[in-house]
Amino acid sequence: MHKPPTLGIGNVLTAAFNFTTDTVTIAELEARKLHHDFTELLTRAVQPALWLLIFGEVLAQIRAIPTGQLSYLDFMTPGILAQSVLFIAIFYGIAVIWERDLGILHKMLASPAPRSALVLGKALSASERGLSQAVIIYVLAVLIGVHINWSLVSVLGVLFVVILGSALFSTFSLIIACLVRTRERFMGVGQLLTMPLFFASNAIYPISIMPVWLQAISRGNPLTYEVDALRSLMVVGGGSVYGILVDMAALMVSTAILVLIAARLYPRVI
Amino acid sequence: MSRVQTDLVNVPNVEVKSILETQSLTRRFGTLVAVDRVSISLSPGEMFGLVGPNGAGKTTVIKMLTTLLTPTFGDAWVAGYDVVHHAAQVRRVIGYVPQLLSADGSITGYENLLIFAKLYHIPRGEREKRIHDALSFMGLEEVSDKMVREYSGGMIRRLEIAESMLHRPRVLFLDEPTVGLDPIARRAVWDHIQRLRCDFGTTILLTTHYMEEADELCDRVAIMHLGKIAAIGTPTELKATVGEGATLDDVFVHYSGYEVDTVGNFRDVSRTRRVARRLA
Repeated sequence: MHKPPTLGIGNVLTAAFNFTTDTVTIAELEARKLHHDFTELLTRAVQPALWLLIFGEVLAQIRAIPTGQLSYLDFMTPGILAQSVLFIAIFYGIAVIWERDLGILHKMLASPAPRSALVLGKALSASERGLSQAVIIYVLAVLIGVHINWSLVSVLGVLFVVILGSALFSTFSLIIACLVRTRERFMGVGQLLTMPLFFASNAIYPISIMPVWLQAISRGNPLTYEVDALRSLMVVGGGSVYGILVDMAALMVSTAILVLIAARLYPRVI
Repeated sequence: MSRVQTDLVNVPNVEVKSILETQSLTRRFGTLVAVDRVSISLSPGEMFGLVGPNGAGKTTVIKMLTTLLTPTFGDAWVAGYDVVHHAAQVRRVIGYVPQLLSADGSITGYENLLIFAKLYHIPRGEREKRIHDALSFMGLEEVSDKMVREYSGGMIRRLEIAESMLHRPRVLFLDEPTVGLDPIARRAVWDHIQRLRCDFGTTILLTTHYMEEADELCDRVAIMHLGKIAAIGTPTELKATVGEGATLDDVFVHYSGYEVDTVGNFRDVSRTRRVARRLA
C-alpha cells in the first residue's frame, strides 16, 4: 500500500538525529523532575554514608581483607559508589510501572518516538540519579581521608562509568518491570537480585579471596567490571585487574544488548 | 487562535473516503474476547462516540487504534495507514488522551507541554508559540508555571488535551475524557473539545459511559456491549429506534441489556475510583 522509506544516507542521519533528540528529551523530563524535588536526592546519601563510615571504618581497623598496597577504605570507596549506583538503578524499573499506572507511558508509546529511544532515555534518567551519588561519595570520601585521584581525566572517567553503570542496571530493571508488571512482584524480584549482584562482585573484597565457584559468577557480573574501572580511575594507586578498555567494553556491550531487549519488551508493560 | 489548515504533508497517497476505518477488529485476552469483530468508519471531521459500560471493550478498541495493542484479528486504518504495518506513521498523525490521568504531576504544565512538543519534533522556532497558543486555548495561561499536582481535575484534563493537540493530529482519541469530573468542569471540557473541532477540523473518537456526554458532543454514537457493537447511528436515530420520547439512556439500556452488577469487574471499578480520587 505504501512504499517503504528508501534507505539513503540522509535518512539514516535524520533517524540518528531524531533518535538522539528523543532520548535526550526523555532524560530532560527526569532532570526537570529532579530539579523540582531535590530532597529526594539528599536522602539517598544515607545508605552509602552508613557503608563507608561504619562498615568501612570497622573493616579497616581489623585489616581482615587483603587489598594489596591500597588501604581498605581506598579499596572499598569505588565499590560503595558502584553499589549505591546499583541500588538506585535496580529499582528504577518501578518508575516505569508507576508511569504505566498513571497513563504517562501510554502517551509515550503512542508518540512517534522509537521505543529504543524511550528505553535509552529512561536509562540516562537513572544515570542522572547515579551522578548525584557520585557527588555524595566524593564528599564522603574526602571526609574520611580516601586518597582520591583528582586529575580531570580520572574524575570525568568516573562520571562516565557511573553513567554507564546506571544505564546498564536500570535497563536490566526495566526488563524485569516489563516481565513482572506489578509493583509488588517487582519489589520482590528487585530485592532478590540486589544483594547477590553486590556480593558476587569485587565491590567490598577482591575476587581472589572468593571460593572458585563464586569467582566464576563474579567474572560474569557486570558490576565487577564497573567496580574495576571505578577503582582504577577514582583512587590513587587503584589499578585495574582486567584493563580499563575491557571494563568499558563489557559495560557498553551489556548495556546495548539490554537496551535492545528492553525496547522489544517495553510495549508489554501496558 | 486562527483556523489552521490540515497538515497535508502527512496525507498518504491512497484514496480513502474515511479517515478511520476498522474491519472485523478483534482482540482476545486468553479466552476472553474483549473486542469482537468491530467495524466502524469515520468521515473526516466527525466526532464519534463509543459508549458502553465498563468492560465493554471501548478502551481496548482505542488501544488498538493508537498502536498500543495489536489486534488478534481484523484490520484498522488511521488516515490511510494500517495500525499494524505502519504503526510509526499512525503515531505521527494521532493524538491520544488516555483514560488515566497522564499529565506528569511533578513538573509544571508548561514543562509537560514542552516535553511533548519536543517528542513530536515541533520545530524549535514554532515551539514556544504552539505551547503558548495551546495554553491560552485551554484557559491555562495563568497556571502554566504551577506544578501540575496543584491543578484541579478539569485543569489536568484540559492540559492533557492541549498536549495531545500540539502537533495538530488528524485524529484525536479521547478515552473517557470527563470521568470523575464535577458537572462544571465537565462542561468546560466539553466546550473545549467542541471548539477544538471547530477550529482545527480534527476527527475525534471518544469513549464515554455518560449518555448525556455522547448526546451533547457526538455526531454519531456506537453502543458497545461485551465487545460487540450493539447499535450505531446519530443520537436522534438511535432514540427513534427505541420509541417516542426515549433518551440516550433508554437506548443504552435497550441495546446493552445493561443491568447493575452484570458488567464491570473489580479492576475497572477500582481504576475509575483511582482516577476520580486524583481528580478530587
